Amino acid sequence: MNKPVAERYPLAFRLYPYAQSPDQSAQAPVRHPVIVVGGGPVGLATGLDLGTRGIPVLVLDDQEGAGLGSRAICFAKRTLEICDRLGAGAAMLEKGVQWNIGKVFHDDRLLYEFNLLPEDGHAYPAFINLQQPLFEKFLHEAIVRAQAVGAPIEIRGFNRVDAVERHDDHVALDVMTPDGPYRLEADWLVACDGAKSPLRNKLGLGFDGRVFEDNFLIADVKMKADFPTERWFWFEPHFKSGDSALLHKQPDDIWRIDFQLGWNIDRQKELQPENIRARVSAMLGPDVEYELDWCSIYTFQCRRMEKFRHGPVLFAGDSAHQVSPFGARGANSGIQDADNLAWKLAMVIKGLAPEALLDTYDQERVYGADQNIANSTRATDFITPKSAMSKLFRNAVLDLAETVPFARTIVNSGRLSLPCTYDGSPLNGPDCQGLPFRTRPGSPCPDAPVGKDWLLRLIGGDLTLLAIDTDMPEGFAAHGISPKQLRLSSQSNPALCERYLGEAKSAVYLIRPDQHVAARFDRFDADAIAAALARVLAKD
Amino acid sequence: MLEMKPNFNRPDETYAMLIKAHEGLSEDESHAMNARLILILMNQIGDHETIRKALDLAAAVNRKS
Repeated sequence: MNKPVAERYPLAFRLYPYAQSPDQSAQAPVRHPVIVVGGGPVGLATGLDLGTRGIPVLVLDDQEGAGLGSRAICFAKRTLEICDRLGAGAAMLEKGVQWNIGKVFHDDRLLYEFNLLPEDGHAYPAFINLQQPLFEKFLHEAIVRAQAVGAPIEIRGFNRVDAVERHDDHVALDVMTPDGPYRLEADWLVACDGAKSPLRNKLGLGFDGRVFEDNFLIADVKMKADFPTERWFWFEPHFKSGDSALLHKQPDDIWRIDFQLGWNIDRQKELQPENIRARVSAMLGPDVEYELDWCSIYTFQCRRMEKFRHGPVLFAGDSAHQVSPFGARGANSGIQDADNLAWKLAMVIKGLAPEALLDTYDQERVYGADQNIANSTRATDFITPKSAMSKLFRNAVLDLAETVPFARTIVNSGRLSLPCTYDGSPLNGPDCQGLPFRTRPGSPCPDAPVGKDWLLRLIGGDLTLLAIDTDMPEGFAAHGISPKQLRLSSQSNPALCERYLGEAKSAVYLIRPDQHVAARFDRFDADAIAAALARVLAKD
Repeated sequence: MLEMKPNFNRPDETYAMLIKAHEGLSEDESHAMNARLILILMNQIGDHETIRKALDLAAAVNRKS
């Protein structure tokens, strides 16, 4: 007998309360085109993306909403652009905290400060700080709005998957609810059930990688005091809190403080409020008033599944890959998984592309996961050197950084999370000489202003042909698809010119539904574009 | 491209300068100074492939004493 469904953690927002579904009293298990398991950031984004593409999608979660606790707090530009496409970006930007000034300390010395000086001509900043429950709430609000205009998305709270059977062309699930168990079937199953993924374990799939023996104490504190909106990072802080500490601002006067505690700690003791307050007071100074808002201790690993696709089961987000917290690559990379997967799954379900397209989800996102793991591992090894020599060089870098600018480029307290360019992807078509490197095939389209609008908003979620300073006939169609057509002029648009033309006189870009460049040409050539379109659909 | 031919303009004096810079330092201080020096020289070279060749060369002539 399986245990009853129950609240596993307190909620910040109750978003999808349990309600009985007719599926629970159906004679035979009801078959759904897509079931997403997990209603966190990645599951909600996947459900929303599929639903807005007209694909009926059922999201199951064993809880009823967003859990309490800030958790992921840094959301990068690419994530915000994806959420903008999904209808949730504006609310996130309005609520989120933006910052540009960072300070780096070693022990009790300020080594240097930096200003991120973001590039002009983007709708969204390099990133914002926002508590994860709010991020989930904004995605859920966008789902409710999409449902109101007919998007076939359903979310079932308190629906826990207790068993999964994998068949060649579908999966069968045993689902537990407050009213007892029922069975469901799905043509496709997307597992967004987190780093401990019960689905991954039930299917007996491995999750190998490197364990970092370290514990982090997160203390969210509420400060009314006039503290600057800056990111402060300490190496070997003078307040004796392990190898590093980080201070970051969130909305609503909440500050995130991360203390790296080391491996051999007494969790219960470290979580006692008086011990947390001792650390926080040592860090902020004796005169700063604050309240503890939320605290947690966590460990991490850097690892991924060997493959993200297993027949009809696709893994996305933390269930597929896990990284260290340095560099904000957890939730951000998970949203990129959703972005990469949803259009491909929609194309396959609509019969516009063969299943082979889904293998490119595996190829592209494994490539992305490896980049993220390499990046976060490098940051972790810089912050917590693993040998005496490594520590010697690290401290040499920090000593030089105080006075010598070059050393600051190798100080690594986590690099800005940047989206992955799918170099070498089988979906990439031809490139054209002379066009800018940053928009080569595989790269995410950089935004640019277009009149009062933005390029990425004009592209939206459609396969798009973008013609700049050249003619393009109307009504082009191939392989059952008529790409959206955009005709733009680079005149008095330096951002568009620099990002998409470079030295060239004209260009035609074929852009994927996830806003990555598929192929580019110097002018419109119907045969060449049809061939590139076939490649984007994995039809060649 | 890693320079394998002599490139010093005052080899003996330059070498003596390196040794002299370590005079009076404890072993820990010397290690720390060497680490800073390596980083400064790596930045001076800059090119990733050249530094890789230098590392390969340094590793290849490593003998057990």
